[in-house]
Amino acid sequence: MIALQARRSRRVERLALFGLRIAAGFVIVAMAALLLYLGFEGTKTFSADRVSLSAFLFSPVFGVDLGQPGSEVFVLGSLAVTFFAIAVGGPFGVAVGIFLAEIAPHRMTSVLKPAIELMVGIPSVVYGWLGLTLLVPLIRTHTSSPSGFGLAAAGIVLSIMILPTVITLSEDAFRSLPAALKEGSLALGATRWQTITRVLLPSASSGIAVALILGIARAIGETLAIQMVIGNATQIPRSLFAPTATLTTEIVTDMPGAAQGSLLEHSLFSMALLLLMMAMVLIVLVRFALRKRR
Amino acid sequence: MNRTSARAALLLIAALASTSLAACSSQTQNASGGGTSSAGASANGTITVAGSTAMLPLVKDASAAYQDAHKDVKISVSGGGSATGVTQVAAKAIDIGDSDILAVGHPELRDNRVAVVGFAVVTNPSAGVKNLSRKQLQDVFAGNVANWSAVGGADQKVVIVNRPRSSGTRAVFAKTIMGSMPISESGLVQDATGTAVSVVKQTPGAVSYVALSAISNGVTIVAVDGVTPAPDTIASGKYPIWSYEHMYTYGEPQGNVAAFIDFVKNGTDRVQKNKFIAITAMKVTETDR
Repeated sequence: MIALQARRSRRVERLALFGLRIAAGFVIVAMAALLLYLGFEGTKTFSADRVSLSAFLFSPVFGVDLGQPGSEVFVLGSLAVTFFAIAVGGPFGVAVGIFLAEIAPHRMTSVLKPAIELMVGIPSVVYGWLGLTLLVPLIRTHTSSPSGFGLAAAGIVLSIMILPTVITLSEDAFRSLPAALKEGSLALGATRWQTITRVLLPSASSGIAVALILGIARAIGETLAIQMVIGNATQIPRSLFAPTATLTTEIVTDMPGAAQGSLLEHSLFSMALLLLMMAMVLIVLVRFALRKRR
Repeated sequence: MNRTSARAALLLIAALASTSLAACSSQTQNASGGGTSSAGASANGTITVAGSTAMLPLVKDASAAYQDAHKDVKISVSGGGSATGVTQVAAKAIDIGDSDILAVGHPELRDNRVAVVGFAVVTNPSAGVKNLSRKQLQDVFAGNVANWSAVGGADQKVVIVNRPRSSGTRAVFAKTIMGSMPISESGLVQDATGTAVSVVKQTPGAVSYVALSAISNGVTIVAVDGVTPAPDTIASGKYPIWSYEHMYTYGEPQGNVAAFIDFVKNGTDRVQKNKFIAITAMKVTETDR
């Protein structure tokens, strides 16, 4: 009886382990396939169409008809909206994270936490739609921008969209600090604000760095919401309120009409590859920040 | 600490997924043609049609009527854009590829012209212009005119609303009005005819070019050199912005495919009802322009 049970549990164990290995293997295969495919398609611009890498990266003219697609506008656009989002949403998100971890009474946390989780759950098309119907007319009537579409509208929408990421991760960074740090500081007579700025904030810095980097990753990959409000003009914006485009918005705007095997399709794939490489750099940065903490 | 890194990884994956999704869906679109037969092969059964969204209302209307008359034939119609239609039919993935523009570089495709579509320049009423010369239109869309007052309109900034590079509508406008002058890149880009119209409606000083069939109230239709876009001015060749609607087939169309194309072309009442112009009504050809 006991032997039978032991044998059965061994079989269950083997089966379960097999299942887990399959699942893990599938993730690796899927990721490798994606990388290979994107790498293959994304380099055709340079191999088959003979576009030089420097022209592709640094030319502001997306001259597909002339055989010279330059993606500088889109790279700059992606960097600009991301910078805007992290400059506005970053400090704000960290502040809310500190508040949740250190200051907010329990009852308040129990309301705020689900609210923030809800923010993650709102689809990006809804953010874009709200931006289009509320923010764009607001910018149009209150600034010199004739259309309201542009960098500022996209940046503000993105700032809001990265908040939940930054808030949750910076709150976690504070909560994972040893209690002795805070208690010790308070016991030495430091005020709550002194404790936060002089003791807790420096100790949680690498965790906050992770929060900000992942906020950036979220911002750089966002597509639909920005496409609806940024205006999608292939120009380097002269002001915050001028329309421009990002790598993601350009891909989604020109993708439906890009004929298979055309230079347009190849350059869009190259931009996708560029985005993937940016994301990879961010992953490396996250790992680096986490390792430093240990 | 572990909890943080696990959550960090999860969020990063989410960010990555949204990025890669954009790249992947172009593949899905290419695969969405569905059918497998070439133009001649489907003697009866299913006809698959895809391509131009400007043609969609007409083709859908015609396919419903055709299926009512021929119970043994099933027609599946989808959009995707002119470029998609041409690519799909050239790959023999569909029977008919709809396009607003000529399929250059596809000698294997047979060009079946079924109707003519007119395009209008539309502005937000605040621009205060009712008529523009071709030269003025070129200047406006090249980005040389900052304010409508420079071309006889109100004191209102010009906001150009473009269609994407691969749009058939944009190609027709560029060919018939702009000639060799490039369209300004500083304009907004809206990826569908419908959204272009609604942005023009909402934005003071906005201007765009759209198919006649897509125009609704709330925008001003601008006459070109004093000629208003209408079926008769297009048919007589007085109004310049129009193009043929092509139903491309791989090789000579046969059987039901040929019958359906003729059905679309010869249903002149249906063509007019959907605000297109019948080929037979045209007194000029594309080369006269």
